Amino acid sequence: MSTNPRGQRKRYQISKRANQLSPSGIRKFFDLLASMEGVISLGVGEPDYATPWHICEAAIESVEKGQTMYTSNLGMPELRQELSRYLKQHYNLEYDPASELLITVGVSEAMDLAMRAILNPGDEVIMADPCYVAYSPCVVLAGGVPVMVPTSEKNNFELSAADVEARVSNRTRAILIGYPANPTGAVMSRDKLTEITEVAQRHRLLIASDEIYAKLVYGVEHTCVAALPGMKDSTILLGGFSKAYAMTGWRIGYAAAPREIIAAMTKIHQYTMMSAPTMGQVAAIEALKSGEDSATEMVEDYNRRRLVMVKGLCEIGLPCFEPKGAFYAFPSIRGTGMNSEEFAETLLTEEKVAVVPGSAFGECGEGYVRCCYATSLADIEEALTRMKRFVSKHRID
Amino acid sequence: MIKDILKILESDARTTPKQIATMTGTTTAEVNKLVKEAEKERTILKYKTIVNWDNVENEQVWALIEVKLTPEKDVGFDSVAERVYRFPQTRSVYLVSGTYDLFVLAVGKSSHEIADFVSQKLSHIEGVQGTMTQFVLKRYKEDGEIVEGKEEVKRQPVIL
Repeated sequence: MSTNPRGQRKRYQISKRANQLSPSGIRKFFDLLASMEGVISLGVGEPDYATPWHICEAAIESVEKGQTMYTSNLGMPELRQELSRYLKQHYNLEYDPASELLITVGVSEAMDLAMRAILNPGDEVIMADPCYVAYSPCVVLAGGVPVMVPTSEKNNFELSAADVEARVSNRTRAILIGYPANPTGAVMSRDKLTEITEVAQRHRLLIASDEIYAKLVYGVEHTCVAALPGMKDSTILLGGFSKAYAMTGWRIGYAAAPREIIAAMTKIHQYTMMSAPTMGQVAAIEALKSGEDSATEMVEDYNRRRLVMVKGLCEIGLPCFEPKGAFYAFPSIRGTGMNSEEFAETLLTEEKVAVVPGSAFGECGEGYVRCCYATSLADIEEALTRMKRFVSKHRID
Repeated sequence: MIKDILKILESDARTTPKQIATMTGTTTAEVNKLVKEAEKERTILKYKTIVNWDNVENEQVWALIEVKLTPEKDVGFDSVAERVYRFPQTRSVYLVSGTYDLFVLAVGKSSHEIADFVSQKLSHIEGVQGTMTQFVLKRYKEDGEIVEGKEEVKRQPVIL
């Protein structure tokens, strides 16, 4: 039991597990950001579009009709059927809607459930560094141990199979991958992914694949890990509606996995969540049935912004490898001599542009910042103008 | 390529050739060339601004006019339409399916001007059988843009 400075026992304690999680490095920027006026934020990884109206309308209509109860724990049967059809159509994968699909509260919950369903205390999960901020905490919360594999700009931030294999131990249970990647915008080629799956197969490891950005790829095709030869039975495919259909606030994600794993995940889900939001599920059905055109339009628009952002960053002295997916650019800030946190903080104070320090995503993110280009072209141009001023002022040659 | 360029220009005519070149992954010279061609072929008709005239003191009256034509031998709808669209009061003229034939958007300085246009000009054109004029009371959306009270999507600062 912890004590306060006067030696008295506190009325509560914070669990070791919660204390074990490092506070997110991004938090304080957003606190600072919230107190400032006139900031252009390239910080939030979220579409700047509102959800397409036909999707909103479907949800509104369902509420008007009184469709406000819980759904089945697994999610609405119609949504699972549509999702099954979608996965068949896009990846030629066959998932039984009744036992191999689970609708979750965003892909975040699906990730959490997946880790809790497959890990025993001390089990190791291999993942890329840098990676999305929640991967490592999800593993830790499930009692597991994250094992980081460094990735670098030199290799386009792709995971190398050799590096992964070098970290496999007798405690390794899974490889957690997320491509297209947050924060780098990297996409793994089919060949490189296949090599990773071969490592997994050799060592009988599961792959948990977070494919939330699957639809946001530019000039390349997304490879679904579960669709690679022999991988359906050893992949937990995680996806959702937030990014492609601009539905972040609806909180709908899913997991597609072998029956036993879905059953285990469903047990946890039913005790902790009951079911994903009903309104959101109705919206997701509409998105799957007729959201393709709106999604394509948004992707085309992100692509234009991506090209402006990447070219702009390179021109102002922040060299940036070409991100082929998601909606992030990950430029190197080494030319300023600052570390990424210093850079982000000084840029915000001096020029009122918010970016996220790469170090928030792992040690290998140091020396970079994440710039989200899901914001208006006018804002991107203005941010680039401000950053240009900032970089010329702080450049160390 | 030209489709991409047109889409960009349709959403913002002020996008510079340099910006378009970046967005489409081509050169400024190529963009200039394609735009010139599109202008010449009248694929690009004009660059205009969508104005909310209610924000400035400006008397302007809009009317949507349905026009019923009499089908006549050897005189197609096109020639009647041409006589209609030559009047400066007509901003848009469409041939439509349904109970009438032409759909005309007319803009004038006063309801009198519109009334005069309909009664003195439009209804006298040979081939025009009848008209039905509806004055616009309020513009909610213009060319894809919400006229008043467009909501900004507010993103909360979140961690992800």
